[in-house]
Amino acid sequence: MTRRTLRRLLGRATLYAAAAALTAFAGFPFYWMLVTAFKQNRDLYVGASDLRHVPWVFNQSPTLDHVRLLLHGTEFPHWILNTLLIVAVVIAVTVALAVPAGYSLARLAGRWGERLGIAIFLTYLIPPTLLFIPFSRLVSLLGLQNSWGSLILIYPTLTIPFCTWLVMGFMRSVPWDIEEQAMIDGYSRLAVILKVVPRLIVPGILSVVVFAFTLVMQEFVYALTFISSVEKMTVSLGVPIALVRGDVYHWGALMAAALVTSVPIAIVYNLFLDRFIESFTMGAVKG
Amino acid sequence: MTRREPADPPASAQPALLARGTLADRGELLGGLMLAPALAYVALLAGIPFLLAIALSFSDATAGSLRFGWAGLRNYAAILSDPVFRRALWNTIVVTVGSQALVIVLATAAAQVFRASFPGKRVARFVLLLPWAVPVSLAAIAWEWIFDSTFSVINWTLKAAGLLHGWLYWLGEPTLALLAVIIVQAWRIFPFATVIVLAGLTSIPREILEAATVDGAGFWRRLFQIELPLLLPVTSVAVLFGTVYTATDLGVVYVLTGGGPANSTHVLPTLAFQRGILGADLGQGAAIAVFLLPLLLVVAILMLRLARHTEVGVR
Repeated sequence: MTRRTLRRLLGRATLYAAAAALTAFAGFPFYWMLVTAFKQNRDLYVGASDLRHVPWVFNQSPTLDHVRLLLHGTEFPHWILNTLLIVAVVIAVTVALAVPAGYSLARLAGRWGERLGIAIFLTYLIPPTLLFIPFSRLVSLLGLQNSWGSLILIYPTLTIPFCTWLVMGFMRSVPWDIEEQAMIDGYSRLAVILKVVPRLIVPGILSVVVFAFTLVMQEFVYALTFISSVEKMTVSLGVPIALVRGDVYHWGALMAAALVTSVPIAIVYNLFLDRFIESFTMGAVKG
Repeated sequence: MTRREPADPPASAQPALLARGTLADRGELLGGLMLAPALAYVALLAGIPFLLAIALSFSDATAGSLRFGWAGLRNYAAILSDPVFRRALWNTIVVTVGSQALVIVLATAAAQVFRASFPGKRVARFVLLLPWAVPVSLAAIAWEWIFDSTFSVINWTLKAAGLLHGWLYWLGEPTLALLAVIIVQAWRIFPFATVIVLAGLTSIPREILEAATVDGAGFWRRLFQIELPLLLPVTSVAVLFGTVYTATDLGVVYVLTGGGPANSTHVLPTLAFQRGILGADLGQGAAIAVFLLPLLLVVAILMLRLARHTEVGVR
């Protein structure tokens, strides 16, 4: 074997090893959720100091008990419904406000559009952990404590800045020709926006919907601050806070909940990843 | 990203625009009308609360009443002399710097791996992105179980491999608990950073790398002398976002340790929550959160500079 092929083989082996290690690190908690969610309790609660019992695999047949407990013995189904309801309203508000704004920044706002766009984007950097205290005052002023109203009011402040930016980036990648042609054909500016643009902008709206969906599903700080009754909680709040009964952790049910909530989000998120990344890099990456 | 289209319609469209002066044809006005609702929403519900956050930090406001009295610098004096706050400030810095250092290494390595093609790459990419898509609080509860004092699979594995002789109380001991927080934050951010770096990597012209290879530069030389310098802007974007996400995150510490044991693992957001919401002392909570501002300001300025810098590079 020549030196060269040896080097290449070594390079290949390093690549596979690195790929395996990184994927394992990223995926390990999800494997652990999966195993925990379906293990019988006597297989689950064996102290880690017992080296004869291998925790990585099923030592006894898998069980659906934890999933059953989650679906029938807890508020989890409610939390899913609550979350979807809040998500739906927040998406509607976000689309109604961010889509026209993004289009305007891309096509109509002219020179100051760029600056305003960046200004709006920067508000995305203002974190919930800075705003939850003033919001708590606002929420009690409005009498919205412990109601979905508080979340529905506040979540668009998270989604609108990024989604406006998202739509602006999307519209800039759509050629101007079609709108231009419509105007040459005698459409007014307004008519173009009302009749031509809706067809062009659908993929942009779709990525707004997905981004708003994932953002609301992931939000924890505001929900923790404003929602106190268990039956009104969202999934990402209820699972870590209210599924723990007193000091008793039902780890099987907890991990089942984490798994069934996160995998759908991950799948949806993956489909739209490239567009999100484009927006995050603010044009620092030019293809 | 594709090259930007000019924001103004090309000149050929202008005659049609000018020919009619009706309201429906005034682009700037329409633009303003379409922008106004979003702008108003953000200004009212992010801008004003932002100012209110600063105002509250100088007040003696509590959650129980709607009173709002001037307290001067009393909140700041109180927290600066409080060892729990100083610890939280220090922890925030340690966790942020520690996790972002890990993120840079992991993301650079992962980007190199995922630019190559190998069998199973699509599945590997999906798995790699899971930590970024999962809600923070749910990831944190999974890690809490992984770090459990009695059932920790990490301890079992280390013991089975003969690497651990005593016992690691991951969340029961301040140093280990902070390490756990750093691991979880790095785990959560690095997939996002990887994808951004990867996007930057594909934008490096092939000719540059090929020329370097022809000139005899090996993998490491190419990596350190060509790719990493060229990737600096895009890696900075990833790290800036990562810094904001980590320093301002409440979920991981809140779920994992709750700030314990004995208030030793608080970060600014969890302490602000404890004092401001649970303790009902809005003024002090706001003052604690305000310490996040310098960081955000620096990040915003760097971000703007990067955006301008890359603009210049293109035009």
